[in-house]
Amino acid sequence: MTAMELEQIVLQARQQGDVAGLMAHIPYARLIGMDMALDESGNPRFLLPFQPKNIGNMALPALHGGVIGGFLENSAIVHLMWTRASTQMPKTIDFCVDYLRSARAVDTFARCEVTRQGRRIAHVTATCWQSAPAEPVAVARVHFLLT
Amino acid sequence: MSDETSLFERDPDQVRRLHGGFFNAIPHSRELGLEVVDMGPGWGVLKVPYRPELIGNPTTGVLHGGVITSLMDSTCGLAVFCRLPRMEAIATLDLRLDFLKPAVIGEDVFARAECYRLTRQIAFVRATAYQRDPEDPVATSTAAFMRASSSAKKPFPPREGQ
Repeated sequence: MTAMELEQIVLQARQQGDVAGLMAHIPYARLIGMDMALDESGNPRFLLPFQPKNIGNMALPALHGGVIGGFLENSAIVHLMWTRASTQMPKTIDFCVDYLRSARAVDTFARCEVTRQGRRIAHVTATCWQSAPAEPVAVARVHFLLT
Repeated sequence: MSDETSLFERDPDQVRRLHGGFFNAIPHSRELGLEVVDMGPGWGVLKVPYRPELIGNPTTGVLHGGVITSLMDSTCGLAVFCRLPRMEAIATLDLRLDFLKPAVIGEDVFARAECYRLTRQIAFVRATAYQRDPEDPVATSTAAFMRASSSAKKPFPPREGQ
């Protein structure tokens, strides 16, 4: 896929409100099975339906910490592509994730916030939860290069 | 400070046997194709072979950061297991990744992690991810793990002959 083709996909997805259309073009997002919808306020809400292949601890069982990290990072990437002016994929500079609770073998949700967007750098925070938003499973923050 | 000798130093074969096959038994590690390359007292090396399914950027073919995150988390975990005085369940408290440069498309990525400090409750780990040259990393990472984190009775799946 060329950069221009990706731009078309992003623009089209935004125009038609086709949130899932964007996700379908990111192989890793398909691999972990993540999806996206818009909440009542029109903000992206990310979903990671439970799949046995995302398990990292069979004894608990719990999702793999890497899956939670990848889910949060990809949520931040797509959130930024959905909400900001540019249509290319931002480059991750660095990424921090804090694991607050064990991620059980159930559906997981995430939402993001662009804390600051400058000309070159964006700072995005992402939170994921399972049973209740007030009980986050993990929080992450990402610095992106926007060029 | 904990100066407990690692199980690896006392019985390296047991640790190799446990963890050599252990990562293949974890569903998500298998999904990503993670392979144990090497391990020693307090350190471990894993590899993730390049596959189109792991791509994050469809215009460049670069692996998704989430793949590197899983690789780093798993390698750091292996390093902790190779430092612990006995088998314990552990849980990642936090993980930071710095993406120094894009990984070369089509080439496998390795990660080497070292547990450089172990206390009674916490293990501190650092790691680097690289492709051909360990001195030329594509990403670096630091992580903290909690020890004896699990309430589960058996941190490892029962294995035949044990």
